[in-house]
Amino acid sequence: MLTIDRVSRHFPNGVEALRAVSLAIGTGDFVALLGPSGCGKSTLLRLIAGLDQPDGGALRWADGQPELGYVFQDATLLPWADAAENVWLPLRLRGLSRAEAAPKVAAALAQVGLAGFAAARPHELSGGMRMRVSVARALVSRPRLLLMDEPFAALDEFTRHGLQDDLLALWQQLGCTIVFVTHSLYEAAFLARRVVLMSPRPGRIAREIVSNVTPGPRARLSPDFAALVADITNALRAQIVA
Amino acid sequence: MKPDSPLVPLLFGVLVLAGWEILVRALHVPPYLLPGPIAVVAAFFAAPGLLLGSLLSTLLVTASALLVSSIAGVVLAIATVASPWARAAIQPWAVVLQVTPMVAIAPLIIIWVGDPFSAMVLCATIVAFFPVFANTASGLSATPASLLDLFRLNGASRWDTIRLLRLPAALPFFLTGLRISGGLSLVGAVVAEFVAGSGGVASGLAYRILESGYRLQIPKMFAALVLLLAAGLAINAVLGLLARTLLRRYGQQA
Repeated sequence: MLTIDRVSRHFPNGVEALRAVSLAIGTGDFVALLGPSGCGKSTLLRLIAGLDQPDGGALRWADGQPELGYVFQDATLLPWADAAENVWLPLRLRGLSRAEAAPKVAAALAQVGLAGFAAARPHELSGGMRMRVSVARALVSRPRLLLMDEPFAALDEFTRHGLQDDLLALWQQLGCTIVFVTHSLYEAAFLARRVVLMSPRPGRIAREIVSNVTPGPRARLSPDFAALVADITNALRAQIVA
Repeated sequence: MKPDSPLVPLLFGVLVLAGWEILVRALHVPPYLLPGPIAVVAAFFAAPGLLLGSLLSTLLVTASALLVSSIAGVVLAIATVASPWARAAIQPWAVVLQVTPMVAIAPLIIIWVGDPFSAMVLCATIVAFFPVFANTASGLSATPASLLDLFRLNGASRWDTIRLLRLPAALPFFLTGLRISGGLSLVGAVVAEFVAGSGGVASGLAYRILESGYRLQIPKMFAALVLLLAAGLAINAVLGLLARTLLRRYGQQA
């Protein structure tokens, strides 16, 4: 779907956010970009989304840029609009009236388990539910590529597990491609088929580890998951020593 | 009774007024120097129609000025976020307008603008314009960056971004500015009436104060002053209520 070829990005303040990053993302992939703060993983995601341009290298799409969904670190909902209006927004900006969008909005809310909360305003929802609305808003335009920037980082462990389980199920059900930025090793190991380990100053790809965990809610207890966590931990340790 | 009871300031006020009345009587202060509260009330009831008419006249100028300054403020604030050229062109002039002493330019305005009512409204508008403009402009540019990214990702036009994101996000800022401008509209109206004197609409409360001063009708002057204070408090209360109602409907809680 996408080939990232020796992409670099320097910010005007002198920070070298990315140096010669190359990565291929195939259709149907679930890629986790894992690394500490400042390793350029969010910058890479913004480059993929087209929110920012690289200084060097190129991003090559196999069939042009696909329909994108983007989920931010915070839910970033419009506080004055209810859940349905928030999910309608991407379609509204494309010129769909509320009535035309209504079936898609309802379907997207149902997909994230919020069928009964269409009229709820963000401040009436819990943090986890707000993030679900945010995911529904990203899904409503039927994206082929879903970009997620540490979406569950601010949630408590219980809520996070629920959302991770549901995201995996949605990925299997929708067959879209997901690039997921996280600084949680366990989250990357649980969700992704490919864990791309990044290191900071300058931001670059240190290693890639392929998962053979069977995806699903039970994966957290599987020996494969434990082995993958151990692999990533070792890779991280090697990096810190190096 | 607890310190936060609304009765506390009320009782204190009554106490002060009573003390004032007693002192004025005990010391035989002539009413043309300092009238007691009872004399002020009596002066009001001696000519209630005249004073209430003046109140209405001043309020009309105030409300028109507030309306004009909030429309101009919002429109120009939108222009400054929509175009960097407009921002560069407008911002410094808005500051110039703010630092210009109204008393100094009011005579010119009254000469230039033939119609006295329009001249008064223009003076009050100039005084009231800046807070609503500056607050709205900062509200329009205080939109969270990630929401702006979301709109960009979805190919939103500049106008859609303003209409669906920046304007609603600026509402609390606008309302804060409106409340400050409300008080300033009244101040501007009063200043304009003072400067214009009999050359203005010659019917507002400030004109009554001026007139009573010339005629040494000090109790009447105080009555007009009290009405002016009441008008200021009422404007503040009405705009506060408006702000609360709007913010409840378009809840800003994150």
